[in-house]
Amino acid sequence: MTNKTVLHAKHIEAGAKMVDFYGWEMPINYGSQIEEHHAVRTDAGMFDVSHMTIVDVQGADAQAFLRRLVINDVAKLDIAGKALYTGMCNLEGGVIDDLIVYFFTNTDYRLVVNSATRVKDLAWINEQAATFDVTITERPEFAMIAVQGPQAKAKVATLLNAEQTAAVDGMKPFFSAQAGDLFIATTGYTGENGYEIALPADQAADLWQQLLDAGVKPCGLGARDTLRLEAGMNLYGLDMDESVSPLAANMAWTISWEPEDRNFNGREALAAQRAAGDQPKLVGLVLEEKGVLRTGLKVLTEAGEGIITSGTFSPTLGHSIAMARVPRSVVLGSTVEVEMRKKLVNVKVIKPSFVRNGKKVF
Amino acid sequence: MSNIPSELKYATSHEWVRNEGNGVVTVGITEHAQDLLGDMVFVELPEVGDTVSTGDDVAVAESVKAASDIYAPLTGEVIEVNEDLEDSPELVNSDAFGDGWLFKLKIEDEGELENLLDAEGYANSIDED
Repeated sequence: MTNKTVLHAKHIEAGAKMVDFYGWEMPINYGSQIEEHHAVRTDAGMFDVSHMTIVDVQGADAQAFLRRLVINDVAKLDIAGKALYTGMCNLEGGVIDDLIVYFFTNTDYRLVVNSATRVKDLAWINEQAATFDVTITERPEFAMIAVQGPQAKAKVATLLNAEQTAAVDGMKPFFSAQAGDLFIATTGYTGENGYEIALPADQAADLWQQLLDAGVKPCGLGARDTLRLEAGMNLYGLDMDESVSPLAANMAWTISWEPEDRNFNGREALAAQRAAGDQPKLVGLVLEEKGVLRTGLKVLTEAGEGIITSGTFSPTLGHSIAMARVPRSVVLGSTVEVEMRKKLVNVKVIKPSFVRNGKKVF
Repeated sequence: MSNIPSELKYATSHEWVRNEGNGVVTVGITEHAQDLLGDMVFVELPEVGDTVSTGDDVAVAESVKAASDIYAPLTGEVIEVNEDLEDSPELVNSDAFGDGWLFKLKIEDEGELENLLDAEGYANSIDED
């Protein structure tokens, strides 16, 4: 049984090519994923992300529970609406999922987790919540539209009423506000400015149409993947999974080691890995000649073998880029080899971040 | 259903062949093939002067999704390649049967053309995919 978002008919209407995405029938593109990619880098594009899982965590122990559940420390959040990117780990320190936590009060938070991991995430969250005074509520009645690009906010602004305009006025990156029926967050998965807007499902098609009329280009999962990879953002299932430590997935920055007495899930295992210093690391690779680096290709370095976790053609840069997990001693700026279509090609190792706000960043 | 021009010949591996007369044929990939591959990002073409045999992998169409070998549909010598594809590989997407052509062959044996599929045969072959 395939799930469909409430925007399914709008996608078909716009000529989308639909694919199965972990049980959801979603648009891969509406003609050309490269044109959609450029629209987000230079103007404004929108994505149906209604398949993503919204989970509200409320109750007296909400803060204490999340300080156990996720590797970053939600106690750092003190301004209502603030968002935090982090991961939740199992006790062995493997990444169960990456997620965004939105803070409202110490007893009221919202999580947005991946759709492909929905079932195991909810099972884990509920299991972990058993000893806390919290209520876990999935919110499938919300649809979600991500509007991204340099003109995204301006185009959304033309559709907001006075109350909503006031609510988002001057909102910094990684914040959120409830503006009437719209939950508007300055988050995204593209490396551009913009909003992710959650709203009651029955209003989603109208908002989608209004955004279309305002000149926002519909974009599919294909463009979403090239945009997030250029931005150096991980994709769960490719760049990390339960067998991978956040230390090996460029997620060390999302771990809060202080205070030392915060006993988050996986802490013991991760602290031991950190002390040993032997975890591989996730780096960026750049191929300037022809060809496309693809997931699963072998990386050969003087320090040993690595593997490409995600690779693509970068429409913004005009050549291929990738993320790869390699031995920790591989030096940024060095050249390593990738085995590609029966030959070895030279690629440059950089920090896994390629494009931000429309510009090359390496 | 994709567009399949009736004046062309086809290989089951999704190449099309246009007989230009005097033993010269133009080769490309079909609209159906480009649709399966998605946005083209690089096209690696053979060299002018290469001699190729039917079934040889002679070119590569690399799209956002995958790299796909392109096979010589006939035996002959490469006499011209579409140099516009170097800067504009998307021509394969936008005009697969026209400006998105790949290379021209001077073929050895025009009789070999009879081994290729006509439009109907190709349409049937992709229905079976």
